[in-house]
Amino acid sequence: MSVSLVLAILVGVLVAGGVVLLLERSLTRVLLGAVLLGNGINVMILTMGGVAKEAPIIGENAQADQNDPLPQVMILTAIVITFAVTAFLLALAYRSWQLQGHDEVQDDVEDRLVATRREAEELEDTGADADLEAAQDARAAVEETASPDDDAAITRDA
Amino acid sequence: MIPVLLAHGIAALLAPWLVARLGTRAFPLLAIVPAGAVVWAATQTARVTDGGTTEVVHQWVPSLGMELAFRLDPLSLLMTFVAAGVGALVLAYCGRYFSRDEQGLGRFAAVLVAFAGAMLGLVLSDDLLVLFVFWELTTVLSFLLVGHNSDRLGSRRAAMDALIVTTFGGLAMLVGFIILGEAAGTYRISEIVANPPGGTTVSVGVALVLVGALSKSALVPFHFWLPGAMAAPTPVSAYLHAAAMVKAGVFLVARLAPGFAETAPWKPTILVLGLLTMLLGASRALRQHDLKLLLAYGTVSQLGLLTVLVGQGSRDVLLAGLGLLLAHALYKSALFLTVGIIDHDTGTRDLRVLSGLGRTRKRLAVIAGLAAASMAGVPLFAGFAAKETALDALLHGDAVDLVTLVAIVLGVALTAAYAWRFWWGAFATKDGVPDRRCDHADPHIELAPGLLAVGGLVLGIGFSALDALLARHADTAPSTLEKPLHLAGWHGVGVPLGLSLLALALGAVVVLVQRRLAGRPVPAEGTRRMLDARDSYVVLVRATERLSVAAARATQSGSLPVYLMTILFVFAAATATTLITGAPWNVELRVWDEPAQGAIGLLIVAATILTLRSRRRLKAVVLSGVVGYGVATLFALQGAPDLALTQFLVETVTLVVVVLVLRRLPSHFTGTVSSKRRRRVHLLTGVTVGTLMAVLTVVAAGAREAAPVSELFAAASKLAGGENIVNVTLVDLRAWDTMGEIAVLVVAATGVTSLLFLRRRTRAMPRLSDPSADSPVWAMAPADAGAGPPRARPGAGSRTDPSVAAVASSAGLLNVVQHSAGGAGTARRAEQWLVAENTLAPERRSILLEVVVRLIFHTVLVLSVYLLWAGHDVPGGGFAGGLVAGLAFTIRYLAGGRYELGEAAPVGAGLVIGLGLVIAVGTGLGGAIVGDAVLQGGSWKPDVPLLGTLKLYSSTLFDIGVYLVVVGVVLDVLRSFGSEIDRQVDEETHGRRPTVQPAPTEESAS
Repeated sequence: MSVSLVLAILVGVLVAGGVVLLLERSLTRVLLGAVLLGNGINVMILTMGGVAKEAPIIGENAQADQNDPLPQVMILTAIVITFAVTAFLLALAYRSWQLQGHDEVQDDVEDRLVATRREAEELEDTGADADLEAAQDARAAVEETASPDDDAAITRDA
Repeated sequence: MIPVLLAHGIAALLAPWLVARLGTRAFPLLAIVPAGAVVWAATQTARVTDGGTTEVVHQWVPSLGMELAFRLDPLSLLMTFVAAGVGALVLAYCGRYFSRDEQGLGRFAAVLVAFAGAMLGLVLSDDLLVLFVFWELTTVLSFLLVGHNSDRLGSRRAAMDALIVTTFGGLAMLVGFIILGEAAGTYRISEIVANPPGGTTVSVGVALVLVGALSKSALVPFHFWLPGAMAAPTPVSAYLHAAAMVKAGVFLVARLAPGFAETAPWKPTILVLGLLTMLLGASRALRQHDLKLLLAYGTVSQLGLLTVLVGQGSRDVLLAGLGLLLAHALYKSALFLTVGIIDHDTGTRDLRVLSGLGRTRKRLAVIAGLAAASMAGVPLFAGFAAKETALDALLHGDAVDLVTLVAIVLGVALTAAYAWRFWWGAFATKDGVPDRRCDHADPHIELAPGLLAVGGLVLGIGFSALDALLARHADTAPSTLEKPLHLAGWHGVGVPLGLSLLALALGAVVVLVQRRLAGRPVPAEGTRRMLDARDSYVVLVRATERLSVAAARATQSGSLPVYLMTILFVFAAATATTLITGAPWNVELRVWDEPAQGAIGLLIVAATILTLRSRRRLKAVVLSGVVGYGVATLFALQGAPDLALTQFLVETVTLVVVVLVLRRLPSHFTGTVSSKRRRRVHLLTGVTVGTLMAVLTVVAAGAREAAPVSELFAAASKLAGGENIVNVTLVDLRAWDTMGEIAVLVVAATGVTSLLFLRRRTRAMPRLSDPSADSPVWAMAPADAGAGPPRARPGAGSRTDPSVAAVASSAGLLNVVQHSAGGAGTARRAEQWLVAENTLAPERRSILLEVVVRLIFHTVLVLSVYLLWAGHDVPGGGFAGGLVAGLAFTIRYLAGGRYELGEAAPVGAGLVIGLGLVIAVGTGLGGAIVGDAVLQGGSWKPDVPLLGTLKLYSSTLFDIGVYLVVVGVVLDVLRSFGSEIDRQVDEETHGRRPTVQPAPTEESAS
């Protein structure tokens, strides 16, 4: 199946532009990147439908003259979903602006924390073992061992 | 079998409630459940001894070959007696051991009962995977039991050690199980052992299974977790760490030995590690001062011996091992329970402190003496009988067996020595140590250890009674002797008896030597540390932790662009690889379909590049809009009017919505400007991915071989009664896709509203009649006000503005003018055609626009309904129609502000969305109810007077649902990005409680 060179180049340009914008930190640009990327992929799907023909409407055009409807259906779905994604990203950008005064994607603080975690913070819980603890218990027991006086007291109580 | 297991599960669920109600008296009640299991096992004994087995099989996950297979045979019966019998006694003992105010007692009781059930499931299961599940269940429950005193650091750490070590072993075992199961073609243990598979893979599998078994049974090098686990309450130690859980490894070895003892790694592993563990554990036990730790190391030692015996591979040694397994369960749990009583009554377990208990607690001393004698291997006791059989069997073996024999005699000698050390340490009256004060004894608490200890003696005398049952399992292993041995309490005078006595004598020597050495300094800490397995474990755990942090450091930079670049790089690499390996390509190119395509393409490329270069937000957005419209034109040129229509509409709505938000964001892109180098990297990434996609497009189209599936769509559309194939496909042929799509829409809209509405999400649009509508709705920006005095608006309400204007102009300070929107405005609303009259600042109004919008609004709505209805046959449909309706509302909002929007769409957006979803889903379900499948189509063609025949398809109904969802989503987005942001702007400019002067004129007038 032959491909229109114009459309193929358009796919490349739109995807390239989308990716560049997607890699930015400003959410508005990320959003525009998503839109461009979506358009690029849509054009790509469109090329899979083959040569430009007439609308796939029965009765109006003969079947041989109709453009392949399946890519169209897929693109239609993609368009609407791109709209949903755009709206959501927009809300994110706005919220980010509200909270931080800008719409930049910051680095993940948690990830940074892991990266800067020092060895000193690792595993403090490995010191004494059960033997030691048992020994402490034993010492404590020795200390509280009944003295002869206590024994006398016990006998008296009894 | 399954009812027995279920009973434990139910009892575990009831336990917290019972303990809450009855306190410690709940424990004897709970003990009835495992006791019942013992009774059940007893009823089965005769049949199992005669060679009968019971199997219960339920399908579980047939696709994975998993079945709930349980099997009662001699070995599992023996283990049932051990697990359930000791379990019942320990539970009964708990009732006396704990005080009522013990923390977390309800949970403890539940976990202990659940553990008993899991243990029974483990020994009864006949499926490797089911066994694994129960195996891990015991691990987890043991974690909870060991960590019972969760406020103690040592307790938590010991629990963690036990969990990590046994889980590690368990995972290795799972891999081994899968290797065995796949090699054998079945996961049924009985079948695998009967027909063991062979080969290198199986050897690896067996080695992995052994890792699991040995870690569970605390053999070197995993032995350190068991002494650590003594942090558990003593009843737990008596049950898990003497009788039940640690025996799971021994059980598994005994289970598999008949089939796999000849596999390469089996014998060396079992013998070397087992004997080493036996000697190491025993010698460590001799050095302990804590009675419980002494027993723990003793258990380690005995587990080594048990593993050797049951894993050695010949019938007679296995028989002896099984006997010892039972004997060990009896005496070791009795001893642990004794320690528990001593600890409970004297407050210590340190044998350097205890003294004189033999006089004050005579009965307990006798009980412990009986158990210790059995442990030491004194004739007449069960321990003796079992060990003697083992010695007898090994005596007739080859050189390896003789080495084993010597090691075992040594081990038995050391065992005798620490058995004495235990009894002496606990009960003897020591010189120079004052008598330990002992609380009044509770005779009931001595019942459980008493029964167990006496059981050891009775069993020892009547040891031959076990022979018939245990021999049945042992017989599955090959016998090396001419005449098979039998279990018996007394084997007569012979070499084995001599060896037993020799071991006892050696034990006595060890005791004497140790007493002589008592004053000597112990070896330096350093050398002992070097041999400490726990230290290596700590090093290992720490290294793992460090590795994980390093891995996180290397991969988790926290930067979104870096992550995206990684994803894109992988994508590009994978695509490029596929492209290269797929060569040669079948490439057919044409320049364009028609020149217009080239022209539009040029426009799109230019707009894309300009979007990239733009520093202003609005410019970038508008340019990307140009791209969108360009693509829409391409769709139209390609023969896709539906797409073109939808894309135009979506692009318009998107533009409006983005601009609504952009009014709040800074006009230029702000923030960190990426360095030139980084931008170049981004550009390079983009160009690479873009080029790849372009090439992919060409190659993929050329690689197409099959006829498009859509060739059948035309015929299908005819059947579905529509002529527009695209629309019919959307709402009928592939309606499931559309269902998913509208779900995505709804989710996104929900996300948007959640992010925007910080306060309560108002259900409806703001209305003039709102109670809160007397808050200000329009404001004049200070700059505008400075330009001149606010215009007085005659007829703006009863509160006359001229005076406000007068105040503003006369004071020269009051440059903000605000008005109440509604309040008493309901009456006004009726007569107002243009709502903005009252709700929008005059400088923000365009009367012309408002009027035009009012005039075309209903026409546009009718158009949208037409598009919806006609979509079946001509371009249009629910999406396009919904978007057109959405645009109608959008222009109403743009012209008249948020109150205008509220008046235009006086229902909640959520309601519209919900209604749409209900209709769409309802149509789908209707298809399932009336027809054969979800979303099955149907039609109804009523004759309507004047209009002719109306074609009603279920897919039309579905499309109506889509239409409503789209309208709702647009409304939702509008009320979020439009109305809500408006409100926030007002609030921000004029404070939370706006400084409105409600009718200052009235005040001045009055």
